[in-house]
Amino acid sequence: MSARYDCVVVGGGHNGLVCANYLARGGRSVLVLEAADRVGGAAVTREFAPDFRVSAGAHLLHLMPESLVRELRLGTHGLHLVAERMPTTALSVDGAPLLIDAANTAALDARSPADAVALPKYSALLKRLAEALQPLFETVPPRLGTDSWHDRFALARIGLRMRALGRKDMRELLRIGGMCVQDLLDEYFETPLLKGALGFDAVLGSNFGPRSPGSVFTLLYRMAAAGAASGSLSLPEGGLGALSDALGKSAIDAGVVIRTGAPVERILVREDRAAGVVLQSGEEVLAGCVISNADPKTTFLRLLGSEYLDTGFVRRIKHLRARGLAAKLHLALDRLPQFTGLDASALRGRLLLAPSLEYVERAFNHAKYDERSEAPILEITVPSVVDGTLAPAGKHVLSAIVQYVPHQLAAGGWEQERERFTSLLVDMLDSHAPGLRESVRAAELLTPADIEREFRISGGHWHHAELALDQFLMTRPVPGAAQYGTPVEGLFLCGAGTHPGGGVMGVAGRNAARQVLSVTRAGRGAEKAA
Amino acid sequence: MLTESEPHYRQPLLKTPFHERARALSQVDSFIPWAGYTTVDVFTNVEQEYFAIRNASSLYDLTPMVKYRIAGSGATRYLNRLMTRDMAKLKPGRVAYSVWCNDSGHLIDDGTVFCLSPTEYRLCTAERQLDWLLDSAIGFEVEISEVTEEIAALAVQGPTSCALLKAFGLAGVERLKPFELGQFEAPAALGIEAPIMVSRTGFTGDLGYEMWMRPADAEKVWDGLMEQGRTRLIRPIGSRALNIARIEAGFVLPNFDFVSAEHTLRVGTERSPLELGLGWLVDFKKGHFTGRRALLEEERRGPRRLLVGLDIEGNKPAHNALLYSDSSGKRQVGSVTSATWSPTAKRNIALAMMDAPHIKPGMSVWAEIYLNRELVWERRMARAQIVERPFFSPERRRATPPGDY
Repeated sequence: MSARYDCVVVGGGHNGLVCANYLARGGRSVLVLEAADRVGGAAVTREFAPDFRVSAGAHLLHLMPESLVRELRLGTHGLHLVAERMPTTALSVDGAPLLIDAANTAALDARSPADAVALPKYSALLKRLAEALQPLFETVPPRLGTDSWHDRFALARIGLRMRALGRKDMRELLRIGGMCVQDLLDEYFETPLLKGALGFDAVLGSNFGPRSPGSVFTLLYRMAAAGAASGSLSLPEGGLGALSDALGKSAIDAGVVIRTGAPVERILVREDRAAGVVLQSGEEVLAGCVISNADPKTTFLRLLGSEYLDTGFVRRIKHLRARGLAAKLHLALDRLPQFTGLDASALRGRLLLAPSLEYVERAFNHAKYDERSEAPILEITVPSVVDGTLAPAGKHVLSAIVQYVPHQLAAGGWEQERERFTSLLVDMLDSHAPGLRESVRAAELLTPADIEREFRISGGHWHHAELALDQFLMTRPVPGAAQYGTPVEGLFLCGAGTHPGGGVMGVAGRNAARQVLSVTRAGRGAEKAA
Repeated sequence: MLTESEPHYRQPLLKTPFHERARALSQVDSFIPWAGYTTVDVFTNVEQEYFAIRNASSLYDLTPMVKYRIAGSGATRYLNRLMTRDMAKLKPGRVAYSVWCNDSGHLIDDGTVFCLSPTEYRLCTAERQLDWLLDSAIGFEVEISEVTEEIAALAVQGPTSCALLKAFGLAGVERLKPFELGQFEAPAALGIEAPIMVSRTGFTGDLGYEMWMRPADAEKVWDGLMEQGRTRLIRPIGSRALNIARIEAGFVLPNFDFVSAEHTLRVGTERSPLELGLGWLVDFKKGHFTGRRALLEEERRGPRRLLVGLDIEGNKPAHNALLYSDSSGKRQVGSVTSATWSPTAKRNIALAMMDAPHIKPGMSVWAEIYLNRELVWERRMARAQIVERPFFSPERRRATPPGDY
């Protein structure tokens, strides 16, 4: 039996580190237990081929609020951005690529003057709606149907915020909120390449195709999250792992104790409250409260166990949709890839391979039947263009998110398909960047099953739980655990499975810390009387 | 067995393995549906059938009782998380009555758990629960399957029931204590090949047994019991007679005294075990079970309602009567859920759900009873006293060995 802490955080992903940091700043003694050899979870940089390093999970930073970066002084703890305001370029199958930028529509104007006029209008509307949603992110979701004035007040505030949009925008939010993104984009635009690229962000990391109802919501959600982070795509020097390292240093600076290589076997329950954890080594760590950065299914069904939970609650956790469909492709390249029709500056940003909404929807079709896509969609970055620490001089790494890739294949297994699918992806890239195939020195494909294993995320979904209208705010992850607390006293959640969800944002961790601080006391970790 | 070809509403009710025997003895052809089976409501006359329970031996076909097999290395832990009682205390060869609740501590159903071995149990319930039982199994090493159609069941209840089973040939059945079960070989002459499981359980509050057998043996068992029962005044009974006995015994019945929380539609119509006076089945010390946190909170706050026994003046059963705090009928304080004239206790009894703040032991309330006097309806306010349950509990119910007749 070792030392006793006020709080033990299970998992040192970015949300766990953020949560621990704020708890320590609130005067709590905090221990973070990370199973891997380094902190960061899926925001981690690692070597995938000798001397080639890559952000193994998330590969762009664009959702973490500026306030959080400032409060945790990540800059002084080593966070240094090597790229900001990264451009987005849409790759075409049969023509020139297109820069997607509402502020610079010259290239678009040459293809479709109407679209060039519509794009700023469309962007402005979505920005206004996203801004109305944005404050929700910082809110502990109110509970429904309680007598608490706190909950009623929070609900009223949400209503008022919507009301402040004004009649026209409020109507528009109600109209498009549940719509599919294809219908919305068809209302505004005619250029397939533009629509494919704009629709891409609505389905990135989700189980949606552009014709899935609710895909406008996921787009607004992404924009709202990005709003607090000044909305720009950026890259830390050293990849996303450098962000995690900065978060770790900041936490240690705040007094947090971090132990890596310390996988948790289970959460200890004594007298119906969380009393600490047992490590896989058998060591017990006692704590006043336990905060889980693990996904809800892992937390409740594996670390806690359903015998400490009610059947109805377990049923809701079981039904939580958390099936990842996004894979990662990492290529070690002997030279800079030359994409047809692109100048070198485009490689400082991201390239989207989603040439039309129909192409995206067809890519999605396969996933419905647990088949891998024959023509998947890709978000491509070549981070070594702006970051010399990732590859030897003159060499490069390519990192791509690949959709749609099922967790398990209906026919055959990933053991047999891995080579073939990787080869298909390289061929696809080679058709846009001739000669790329010959320059591939090493390739790594992480399917959702690999992501599940490597990052210990049940289902391999990078949001821990699908981000959709039914798993949002007070229903995220499920009613009964949507205010960071859980049915078991002293057990809290702080991961992407809680409001406001995933992406390298850190807001869930910060909200969770605020909630833990408000319902528990220092020293004993005992919960305040209701 | 249901068939795919016909829509469900055209499917006939299932017949139990005792159906042909029961039909032959039915004089008034009064059958009712029960859990998908057709079963006897009345054979001849409710009173005669009732008195077979209390004065001789009764035979009741309880095959439609829904039966689940719960097996696996985690079966005990599973049941302990499902049920409000401490199932770890239930030893092989024993039976326990228990209830189970949803997350908010409201009753889903009650039933009996038969411990066949440390890794195999049988659960008997009034209604189908597979969905809830399977979802409760998430995270437990346990397999659950419905075995209702695989097991025929017969209740033999009444003061001469033990003697009857002995005469039938179940050697040693008199040693079964209440809530014990055993496997018994029937005499070879009857042609019954498989052992019969007998449990000293029942729904009458009297001396009695329940027999669990292969459907193929059902008619042979029935015939053997009827043969041996002739001198012991055996009588097959229907559900109506049983209902009088169960009210006397103070047992609650789903859809009469409570509605399963999985079936209620209206807010506030669910019932908790504390409200039903089944708090003695709730073990807060055994560890977690579904509904525990809600029930703890309810216990702290005090239940909003309470099921009580009533002794009502007069002899007219207070069916569905509203209850008032005064004879003028201004302030309603509850309502009757089950009522009967008790032929044995010679009392006009009822089970009633009362608003908890109004309940004090020994206090009187007023029942609004409607009387049909040759098609002239009258309303009577009858004084009703809150009394202890059960209304009737004979010593023979507990005596081991039971009296020999």
